[in-house]
Amino acid sequence: MAVQEAHTSHNYMGSVLKDTFRKLDPREMIHNPVMFVVEVGTAVVIWLAIVDKTSQAKAYDTIVAVILFVTILFATFAEAYAEARGRAQADFLRRTKSSTQAKMLQADGSTVTVESSKLSRGTKVVVEAGDVIPGDGVVIEGVGTVDESAITGESAPVVKAKDDGVTGGTVLLSDKLIVEITVNPGETFLDRMIALVEGAERQKTPNEIALSALLGVLTLIFVLVVVTLVPLVRYYGPHAANITTMVALLVCLIPTTIGALLSAIGIAGMNRVSMVNVVAKSGRAVEAAGDIDTIILDKTGTITIGNRMATEFLPVPGVSVEELAEASLISSLADTTPEGRSVVELAQKLLDLDVLPSYEGDPVPFSAHTRMSGIDLADGRQVRKGAVSAIRDIVQDPPAELEANAELVAKDGGTPLAVEVDSRALGIIRLKDIVKTGLKERFADFRAMGIRTVMATGDNRITAAVIAQEAGVDDFIAEAKPEDKITLIKKEQGEGKLVAMTGDGTNDAPALAQADVGLAMNSGTMAAKEAGNMIDLESNPTKLLDVVMVGKQLLITRGSLTTFSIANDVAKYFAIIPAMFSVIPELSGLRALNIMNLKTPHGAILSALIFNALVIPALIPFAIKGVKYRAETADRMLARNIFNWGVLGVIIPFVGIWAIDHVLGLFGLA
Amino acid sequence: MSIQTIITWVVVFAVFALTIKPIGTYIVRVFTFQPTFLDRVLRPVENGIFRVVGVSRDDTMNAKTYALALLLTNMAWALGAYILLRLQGALPFNPQHFPDISPLLAFNTATSFTTNTNWQAYAGGSTMSYFSQFAVLSYLQFVTPATGGAAAVAFLRMVSGKKIGNFFVDLTLMVTRLLLPLAVVVTIILVGQGVPETLAPYLHLRSITGQAQVLPRGPIASFEAIEHLGQNGGGYTNANSANPLENPTAFSNIIETVSMGILPVAFFYAFGVMTGRKKTAWTFVGVAGTIFVGMLALIYFPEAAGNPIINALGLHTHANMVGKELRFGVGGTSIFETSTMSFTTGSVASAHDSYLPLSSLSFFLGMFLNMVFGGKGVGLLNLLMFVIITIFLMGLMVGRTPEFLGKKIETKEVTLASIAFLIHPLLILVGSAIAVASPLGLQGIFNPGPQGLGEILYGFSSAAANNGSAFGGLGAALPFYEVALGIVVIIGRYGSIVAMLFIGESLLNKRSVPETSGTMRTDTFLFGGILWGSIVILNALTFFPIMAIGPIAEQYLMMAHHLF
Repeated sequence: MAVQEAHTSHNYMGSVLKDTFRKLDPREMIHNPVMFVVEVGTAVVIWLAIVDKTSQAKAYDTIVAVILFVTILFATFAEAYAEARGRAQADFLRRTKSSTQAKMLQADGSTVTVESSKLSRGTKVVVEAGDVIPGDGVVIEGVGTVDESAITGESAPVVKAKDDGVTGGTVLLSDKLIVEITVNPGETFLDRMIALVEGAERQKTPNEIALSALLGVLTLIFVLVVVTLVPLVRYYGPHAANITTMVALLVCLIPTTIGALLSAIGIAGMNRVSMVNVVAKSGRAVEAAGDIDTIILDKTGTITIGNRMATEFLPVPGVSVEELAEASLISSLADTTPEGRSVVELAQKLLDLDVLPSYEGDPVPFSAHTRMSGIDLADGRQVRKGAVSAIRDIVQDPPAELEANAELVAKDGGTPLAVEVDSRALGIIRLKDIVKTGLKERFADFRAMGIRTVMATGDNRITAAVIAQEAGVDDFIAEAKPEDKITLIKKEQGEGKLVAMTGDGTNDAPALAQADVGLAMNSGTMAAKEAGNMIDLESNPTKLLDVVMVGKQLLITRGSLTTFSIANDVAKYFAIIPAMFSVIPELSGLRALNIMNLKTPHGAILSALIFNALVIPALIPFAIKGVKYRAETADRMLARNIFNWGVLGVIIPFVGIWAIDHVLGLFGLA
Repeated sequence: MSIQTIITWVVVFAVFALTIKPIGTYIVRVFTFQPTFLDRVLRPVENGIFRVVGVSRDDTMNAKTYALALLLTNMAWALGAYILLRLQGALPFNPQHFPDISPLLAFNTATSFTTNTNWQAYAGGSTMSYFSQFAVLSYLQFVTPATGGAAAVAFLRMVSGKKIGNFFVDLTLMVTRLLLPLAVVVTIILVGQGVPETLAPYLHLRSITGQAQVLPRGPIASFEAIEHLGQNGGGYTNANSANPLENPTAFSNIIETVSMGILPVAFFYAFGVMTGRKKTAWTFVGVAGTIFVGMLALIYFPEAAGNPIINALGLHTHANMVGKELRFGVGGTSIFETSTMSFTTGSVASAHDSYLPLSSLSFFLGMFLNMVFGGKGVGLLNLLMFVIITIFLMGLMVGRTPEFLGKKIETKEVTLASIAFLIHPLLILVGSAIAVASPLGLQGIFNPGPQGLGEILYGFSSAAANNGSAFGGLGAALPFYEVALGIVVIIGRYGSIVAMLFIGESLLNKRSVPETSGTMRTDTFLFGGILWGSIVILNALTFFPIMAIGPIAEQYLMMAHHLF
């Protein structure tokens, strides 16, 4: 477990600086072959500064050694800074983790108070109003409201009942719960999240490993190029190769930019995931999210706002809209369901009422048997609303329009409710699923990136088709049972696609486990949370879309900075090659390659080296925030990034090195 | 530009353009065991061979056994060649009574011919008996290009979702269905142009100046045919295709040029047919084709403009004809040399040592890249290695794990491809550095300054690329070079072939990913441009320093009126 440390903002930079230097340790540096080569090169130049005879050579060696050392510091700083940002977030979480007292339930029903850190899997604890829930677990008895703001940032309390998951560190506001602890000490979500954002348990992801391998080989090639260049140049004379300059050339050529920023990119990527309050069980899952081909989303709660809303009153002939609206309002006053409230709101708006009128009467609650609800008013009026067939059966001479309007509503994917007063049918209320705002645009973005969205719903085909159309998903499965999701996932995977889905119920667990990326809701059951490879603490399924974006951005950032790093080398050659060789009489013609017109050989080499170092801090913001990302087709994105990082990556250093050379000139160094 | 140059170039490019589709399709039909027109004649012969070897057409291996079969077979050939060369004096068909070949030269020659390099540290006309030329060297010139072609076919099968196949079947078919039939045709055409095809002894004649001269001859036409069709490049005589007996006319020059290219070019198209991605294949043809044209221009224009120093003297304002044959002119020579460097043949129709430094950059370019169509099949594999590296680097920028041919490129593929990429500069740079640092290596240099350094670089590049041509001016017969280059050719040849076979198998075992608009496409102009750019930049970064201190420095020195 991570050591508990309180980082206040004033020593935040202090710890970054401390880590920056601690990471210079060669034993740690060897994990980053690119920067390790720079470190070895620095050591060689320092040694040369000591043994070189002339003061001029000593001065040159010293300047080069200083620049190289600063280059390494920039790299270790980038990593330390990314880690510190993660740690700041972890500290916030850790504060909620401060050890609490837990009331452990004994076999005989009595309770014993123990330290929360001593609780292990299977222990039952009693939590009373005002207590901090001592660990992650599942409610086995009672109902209560819980304040989860500590981890989700959401201030509204959440109701927790039997089989709901609870998170350690959150606070029970009312009632009493008996919770069974489901994790051992050190394995809670909080622990996992802290470890992940701190980078302490960061394992390299598959793509990062592959990129490291390629960078390693590239570095090896450049080591070969420079090491063999020493004897090859000495063909022109024993003093033709200056080792300090050779080291400078090597450092300029190896991909130091990406080498320095690679781990910062990975750490920052994980941070961006946890910043949207998603706990990824591994970095691998985040990276896989970038490769997703198909996303399966539940309709209710994910695509729609969860409940149907009244959107229109359709009266029968002879009844005014206002009359129907008023009757609907009266029928729904006692109805506390979201649907009922939406009827009240719509009627209130239509009738232009500022305050709700009050009526005396007995509410008649909804029952599965009558399939209607309403109120018996004190004045004797009986107002009902309910399923069209149920109302039709109790009214006299139902007008044909009632049925016709009901069918109209159903055909549009809505749900019709009929309203009657004293056995006289007044009309139909249209209830509709409301698609969350902004989703349609998001799905369009996904389509542009080649990601297919599929909506799963228990509704019939017509309703499903209408919502699918409205939300802009690519496909839907209607009347879906949980096992249909697994079938769909397996079918898609059989075609080689990677599938992501969200889920919260125990019956979602197998599908969550089968999916390549399974985002479980924190409000869901323990089984679902165990099965998924990510957990959304705010239980907002659309988060999946954010995670996909982060995954893609992670890869794009790596690719862009690598391309930039390699493209930079072209200009460095034009600075260093003429500088290092034109001093040799036979090779003096190479002076013509000095197209940047750099003033002196040493100045040219130093300028290239300084540029190489400065690029690292200049790109730290990109590494931390990720390269800007737009939803578009692969080819457009490729063209844009190739221009931004490849083409400009060739041009920028020509300008940069030229400028640095001129600045050095002002100080008489070039 | 003379009419002869224009006609020569148009004919060569037209032949490539007209043959790429039919031959490419034919290759795929042969190696996916579909009926082809030679079946009736050749099937019984092949079946006989398969029965003797104990294999059948539908046998299959895995990457490991395929690689092992390939390596062991090649080892056996090298060993056999070494022994036969060592025993040359005791073997028949030796009318000139040439003695046994020395151990180091036999090692160098056996390895170099087995690896399809055909670096010649000897002069054929005064060293090799008819038996050695015909039974040893000519035999290897058939089977070694077949080896490279077989590896490429195996790779193509795997990336198109098929089993790898059997090495011995592929090797046999490569010879019977491609090389032998084409060699017969080319031999007949060359004989028609006056190239000797005989087992009679060398001619003793008296030249017009009255001196006695021995004129080497022998089964030259058939040797030339396979030398070029298989991108072998080992000449019958030391002067190779500059010798009028090997390459007598401007027409025979076109025939030999075309022979070098038709199979490597067709293999690019075969890639498209096999994988069902013809547009991607055309993208690759475009990438290699533009580099080819660039190399041609880089040779032709400086040479046609002539040596600036001589021109400045006002004596001579024509092309640099030093070391070139008048019957081919600068145009015919340029396209022959571009082809020999692109297709890694290594036969020469002129003296590379006598080119202007700027033009010689083109020779180096061909050897460094090693994928400008390259040796038949092997060049394709080298290109695909670059494709994998490029896709991995650039593909990340579209926000997905990079994919090629519907398969994800991950650690294993990237590691193998980058190791294959590393081998080439490793051999060239380390080899040259050792040669320059040791007195044994420096002994071999005949010219001072950058030219001498260029000679060493050229030697190691030629060996690593399995090209086999020489810059001249390097004492290749020294023990140091016989051994060092003999080792370089082996690593250069098999390292990348084996790596690519394992990449192919790894891709075969992956589930294939469907293409969406989020997939980076490989059949676009954009991708072609990116591939072109990354091949050029990656290689420039690797080789620019040594080019700078070699030919580039020499070019500037020449402009400053300093010659070597």
